[in-house]
Amino acid sequence: MTTASYGYNATAKTLHWLIATIMLGLIGLGFYMHNLPISPGKLKMYSWHKWAGVTVFLLATVRLAWRTLYPPPKLPSEMSKLLKMAAYYCHVSLYFLMFAIPLSGWLMSSAKGFKTVWFGVLPLPDLLHPNRQLGEALFNLHLTLNVILIMLLFAHVAAVLKHHIIDRDEVLSRMLPISIHHNHRRTKS
Amino acid sequence: MKITYICLLALLSKVSPSFAAEYSKLVPEKSVISFTYEQMGVSMTGSFDKFDGQIMFDTASPEQAKVNLEVDMASVNTGSSENDTEVSGKDWFDTQSFPKAYFKITKVSHLDENLYQIEGDLTIKGITRPLKAPVRYTPKANSGVFEGTFTLKRQDYAIGQGEWSSFDVVANDISINVRIYALATN
Repeated sequence: MTTASYGYNATAKTLHWLIATIMLGLIGLGFYMHNLPISPGKLKMYSWHKWAGVTVFLLATVRLAWRTLYPPPKLPSEMSKLLKMAAYYCHVSLYFLMFAIPLSGWLMSSAKGFKTVWFGVLPLPDLLHPNRQLGEALFNLHLTLNVILIMLLFAHVAAVLKHHIIDRDEVLSRMLPISIHHNHRRTKS
Repeated sequence: MKITYICLLALLSKVSPSFAAEYSKLVPEKSVISFTYEQMGVSMTGSFDKFDGQIMFDTASPEQAKVNLEVDMASVNTGSSENDTEVSGKDWFDTQSFPKAYFKITKVSHLDENLYQIEGDLTIKGITRPLKAPVRYTPKANSGVFEGTFTLKRQDYAIGQGEWSSFDVVANDISINVRIYALATN
């Protein structure tokens, strides 16, 4: 077996890193802008946050479709059944959050009476009527989902570092834009 | 006989909308002053929930009309308490120094059957500017509704100064919709 067959294809890698970058930016921006006093800058940030959030939702849709068409490479056979299951549920949850977080944000925006207009051009329908209590509840949901996401990201990164440093397998390198291989594994046949 | 005649007249005035009617009592609870503006390309709506005014309007002699409105700027309702506080501040309405906005009609002309053109002076934040707008009149039983929409430039009234003075976040055009409910004089 060659190392090439381990890897994700270029589209899958691009989508992974693109979504990862946008989502990390969104988490930082979200926590930062929330506590700002009202200003033109704050209103701009909220708009950017919403536009980027809608973009994540759309990219996640493309990514899920791509994943269905091109299934990801298998996990290393050395992994225990328990770890494989943990990886599976962690990934399922991450995918769930890629959809659920933007969705909760959009619904919160509607409930708070602010329409979401993607890049100031494409208006999204308001699925909810303005309702202060519902807006607060959806804010809490949006926050909670993000806290879960942050915890899962720590687990995700910790797991990948464990694979790379302790297990010394290809799990990290097969998702990297430029492959880095463990020398002792390269010759594996 | 005279009573019958008066009754008939009263009945006619209710049925026929083209019948001359006189209005002298403005009902604030049934009237609405709302506004629409664009924020980051998104249309937003708000209202002023407290205002009062006087109306003297006779459809037989519209040019004689006298209308005054007084809007309590502290009653602004943008749908978010944070925004309400912000727009009451110095950069926006400066509600503390200018608690009220005034509108006084100076001229009314008849355009079409139930359509009038009004001219008047609008004072916000101590700044008075002339205003012209079409108003549609809808006669109802014992009452009438006068509705007009016009657009003002917030810059003209120093609304949104300082960091808000550029129009990339909040647009210059503010559309105001006024719906006055008035009782007919018996």
